[in-house]
Amino acid sequence: MRYIRSSLFVAVVWLLLSGHYTPLILSFGAVSVLIVVWFMWRMERVDEKLEVLPMRPRMLYYLLWLMWQVVLSNIDLVRRIWDPDLPIRPTWQRLDTKVTSSLAKTLYANSITLTPGTLTTDVREDHFMVHSLSPDGIEDLRKGGMEEKIQRLGI
Amino acid sequence: MTVILEWLSGLCLLLGGGLCISGGVGLLRMPDFFSRVHASGVTETLAAPLLLSGLLLQMELSLDSVKVIMIMILVLATNPTATHAMAKATLHGGQRPLEFANGKDIGGDGSSKL
Repeated sequence: MRYIRSSLFVAVVWLLLSGHYTPLILSFGAVSVLIVVWFMWRMERVDEKLEVLPMRPRMLYYLLWLMWQVVLSNIDLVRRIWDPDLPIRPTWQRLDTKVTSSLAKTLYANSITLTPGTLTTDVREDHFMVHSLSPDGIEDLRKGGMEEKIQRLGI
Repeated sequence: MTVILEWLSGLCLLLGGGLCISGGVGLLRMPDFFSRVHASGVTETLAAPLLLSGLLLQMELSLDSVKVIMIMILVLATNPTATHAMAKATLHGGQRPLEFANGKDIGGDGSSKL
């Protein structure tokens, strides 16, 4: 069942990317979809189980919120870059995490890295190592606004 | 309507270009590898999407606009992975981040020392 869904998804992506709808090209597309799904089936022996982010409305809301955070931290960073005094104080610290599932951890670590100014360098069992351009960045993360939002997603 | 779109697109392109320059300036001013990664993040996370949406506003709705949106998603989805891999490789290679724990900002003289 999952393979049917993945192959449909891959086929839609192929159709959008191709734009040529003659029988020959379409059959090439069908073959490549089959090859990709075959690869996925082979990968399953290496990787236990495929985990996919559920695209619920709450997830989309989180992504929009994240984009807004990205814009805000970009403005802050550009202000620091152009400031003649270069007001940065880089730190590299441990950040304790409460999220447990691997999917939530992945999302959290990637969200931290995506916002400029903070960067996850290591993901461990119960903590991340985070590099930040100023201590404020890590303090904001410690307050846990982003983590709570991810926990509420229920993944 | 087209005039508004034209101006909106121009604004996006201008902002995106400005942010690209900011990212480059940051890259030159920052003192060490890790802070430079942050500076380069400006071009990837905001400048590239702004440039792409500026282009998107100028083209007619077609398969090409779907492709541009896909590029945008791809850039945003791969950026954290690439950044993380780069930082981890640097740490693995033995380089440690500069740290200023005594409560002082690095200041302008910190740049271009490394």
